[in-house]
Amino acid sequence: MTRRRRRPGDALAPYLMILPGWLWLAAFFITPVIVMVSLSLQTGDFIDGFRQTFHFSTYADVVRTYHVQLVRSLTYGAIATVSCALIGYPVAYWIAFRAGRHKSVFLFLLLLPFFVSFVIRTQSWNVVLADHGVVLGPLKDIGLLSADFHLLATPYAVIGGLTYNFLPFMVLPVYVALERVDPKVIEASTDLYASRTQTFLRVVLPLSLPGVFAGVLLTFVPSCADYVNAGILGGPSTTMIGNIIQTEYFTNLDYPAASALSFVLMGALLLAVFTYARTLGTEKVLEAAAR
Amino acid sequence: MATDTLSPPPTAGPAITLVDVVKDFGGAGARDAAVVRGVNLAIGEGEFFSLLGPSGCGKTTTLRMIAGFEEPTSGQILLHGHDMVGVPANKRDINMVFQSYALFPHLSVADNVAFGLRRKRVPKDEIRDRVEKILHTVELADKADRRPRQLSGGQQQRVALARALVNRPRALLLDEPLGALDLKLRQAMQLELKRIQREVGITFIYVTHDQAEALTMSDRIAVMHRGLVEQVGPPQEVYERPATAFVAGFIGTSNLIGGRLAAAEAGTGVLDLGDGQRITVPLRGSHAAGEDVELTVRPEKITLTTEPTDTASRIRGTVREVVYLGTSTSYTVDTSTGAEMTVFQPNDGSACATPARGDIVWLSWATDHSYLLTTAPAAAATAADPVSLTSR
Ligand SMILES: Nc1ncnc2c1ncn2[C@@H]1O[C@H](COP(=O)(O)OP(=O)(O)OP(=O)(O)O)[C@@H](O)[C@H]1O
Ligand SMILES: [Mg+2]
Repeated sequence: MTRRRRRPGDALAPYLMILPGWLWLAAFFITPVIVMVSLSLQTGDFIDGFRQTFHFSTYADVVRTYHVQLVRSLTYGAIATVSCALIGYPVAYWIAFRAGRHKSVFLFLLLLPFFVSFVIRTQSWNVVLADHGVVLGPLKDIGLLSADFHLLATPYAVIGGLTYNFLPFMVLPVYVALERVDPKVIEASTDLYASRTQTFLRVVLPLSLPGVFAGVLLTFVPSCADYVNAGILGGPSTTMIGNIIQTEYFTNLDYPAASALSFVLMGALLLAVFTYARTLGTEKVLEAAAR
Repeated sequence: MATDTLSPPPTAGPAITLVDVVKDFGGAGARDAAVVRGVNLAIGEGEFFSLLGPSGCGKTTTLRMIAGFEEPTSGQILLHGHDMVGVPANKRDINMVFQSYALFPHLSVADNVAFGLRRKRVPKDEIRDRVEKILHTVELADKADRRPRQLSGGQQQRVALARALVNRPRALLLDEPLGALDLKLRQAMQLELKRIQREVGITFIYVTHDQAEALTMSDRIAVMHRGLVEQVGPPQEVYERPATAFVAGFIGTSNLIGGRLAAAEAGTGVLDLGDGQRITVPLRGSHAAGEDVELTVRPEKITLTTEPTDTASRIRGTVREVVYLGTSTSYTVDTSTGAEMTVFQPNDGSACATPARGDIVWLSWATDHSYLLTTAPAAAATAADPVSLTSR
C-alpha cells in the first residue's frame, strides 16, 4: 500500500504554520489590550501611583463626561466617510474607466500627498483656510464675505480635513473593485438594452459595492478616532474623542480615564461597524441594488 | 472563380447584410493593413450562418461590428434593410453570446435571464413566464436561483444562451460559445444549439475556428482569411468544392497537386504534372492553357490500386505510411511529382487493394471530384461577393 501513515505531528502542522501570526498578534495587540484593560480598572494618580481596584465606575464617568465628544466623533467620522464616498467614487470610476493609458499616473498623483507627513499636510490646510489666508482673504477684501467670517475652528474645517486626509483610503479599494469588473459584462449589459445609466446602476455599481464597503471601513474607523484634524483645524467646539484621550493621557496623566475612553471608543466603533456590515455587507443588498 | 458555386440565401430578403465592411483599428485608412478588409455577406432570415477562419482573421471584429460594439471604418451593415451604422448596441434588436459568457456574477440565473426584458420594460408577469419557459428550453429550470459561479461551464453557457434568446432578437450572435467546453460537452452542446435554433427559428451568426463544428451545425459557412471572406456556401459545397487553396487547406484534409494547364477546352482541361504524367481536370471558371494551377482532391474521394487504372485522372506514387483508423485506413503517398497525398480507404471490404509501406500504387478519382483552385488571394476576395449585392 502506498498510503502513508500519518505522523503525530501532521495534525499540528497548520497550527505551527500560523504560529508566527499568533505571536505577532500576542505581542502587538493582545498584550497592549490586556495592559490597557488593567490600566482602565486602576485608581489613583500620577504622583501617588495607581492601584488595581476594578472600579468599573471609571467607564460610566468618562461616558457621562464625554458623551458629547463621543457622539461628535462618530458624526464627524460618518459625514467625512460619506463625503469621501461621494468624492472618491467618481474619482475611482474616472481613473478605472476613463484615464486610459495614464491610469498609473493618476493613481500616483492620488498617493503623492502621502509622501508628506500627515501633520504637515493638515497644517498646510491651516494656512489655506486661515481667516486672512489665500482663500478667505481676497473674498473678504472684495466684500463677498464679512470680516469676521471664519472656517477654522468650525466643524466644516475639521470634517473637510478628515475627508481630505482619508480620501485615498476610499478611492483605492473602489478603484480596485472597478478594475475587476469584466468589460465583457458591461458590454453584455449594453447588448441587453441597458442605457449607460442603467448599466452603471444595475451592473457596475453593484459589482463595485464590495470596494465601497471596504473603503467605508477604512475611512470611518480612523477618521472617528482621529485627533490631528480636530487639533489643527478645529477649536474648543469641535473637540473629538481622540483629542480628549490624548489630553487625558499626556496632559492630565489620567491613565485609567484615557484607557477607559479608548475602550469606549473601540466598543462604539465595533458596534457601528458590525451594524453596518450586517445591514449592507450581505449579497441581498447587492441583488436589491441590481433589480 | 467561386461566384457560380454560391447558392443564394435560403429565404427572400436577407436578415443581415454587410456591404464592403472595413475595420481598421489604426484608423490610418490603408485597406490592406485593416483587420477586416471589405467583407460582403447576405445572411438569410432564420439561417444558421457560421463565420469560420483561423485565429486573428477578424471573425470577432466582424461580429462586434454587427452587435454594435465597434463601428466599421467604412461600409454598411443592414438589419432587415435598415442601416445600423451609428445605432448604439443597446438599440439594436440583436443579442450576443460571449465566448466567456459574461454572465452577471451578482445576479441569480433567473435575474440574469430577465435582465434584457426588464430593460425593455416588459410587464412583470410576462417576464416571469418567458424566463421560466426559456429556462425550461435550456433545461435549467431547477437552477433558477443559483448564482453563475455555482454552475458548471456547460450550464453557464446555456444561461448565456437563454439570456440572449429570451429577448427574441432578430438575430443571435455567438462568438465561439463552446470554446471553453471539453470535447464531449462540446459535441452535446452543438446538437443542443442546433435543436434550440430550429425551435426558436432565430437567425444565428456563429463564429468558430473549428471546421468540424461549422460543418456539422451550419446552413451556410463563410470562410474568412486575413480579414476577407474567401468562400460562402453550404457545408457540403465548401467542403467538396473549395474555392481557394486556403479554403481547401483549412477545411478538412486536402491534397494539392501543382501543375500547368496543357490544354483547356469547354469544361475540361489537361494538367501537365511536369514529369510527363497528364491528368484530366474539370474547368469551372475561366482558365487558359499555359496557366499554373493547383488541383485539389479530398482524401476519401481517391481510390488506391496496385495496378494502373484506365481513368483519366490518376497519379502514381509510393506508400510512405499506413495508419489504421478503425472504420478507414489512412495512406500517406509520395507521388512521382514529389507531392504528398493523403488517401482514406474505407475498411468495409470494398477497397480494391490493401498496399503496404513501400508499395507502388496508383491514385485515381472521378474527374468531377477534383477542383482547380484560384491561387491569387486578391481574386478570392471578389469571389466571395454575394451575387445579389452591388457594392461600391
Ligand atoms: N481593439 C482592437 N485594437 C486593435 N487591434 C485589434 C482590436 N481588436 C482586434 N484587433 C486585431 O484584429 C485582428 C483580428 O482580431 P479578431 O478578434 O477579430 O480575430 P478572430 O478572428 O476573432 O480570432 P480568434 O479566433 O483568435 O478569436 C487581430 O490581429 C487583433 O490583434
Ligand atoms: Mg475571436
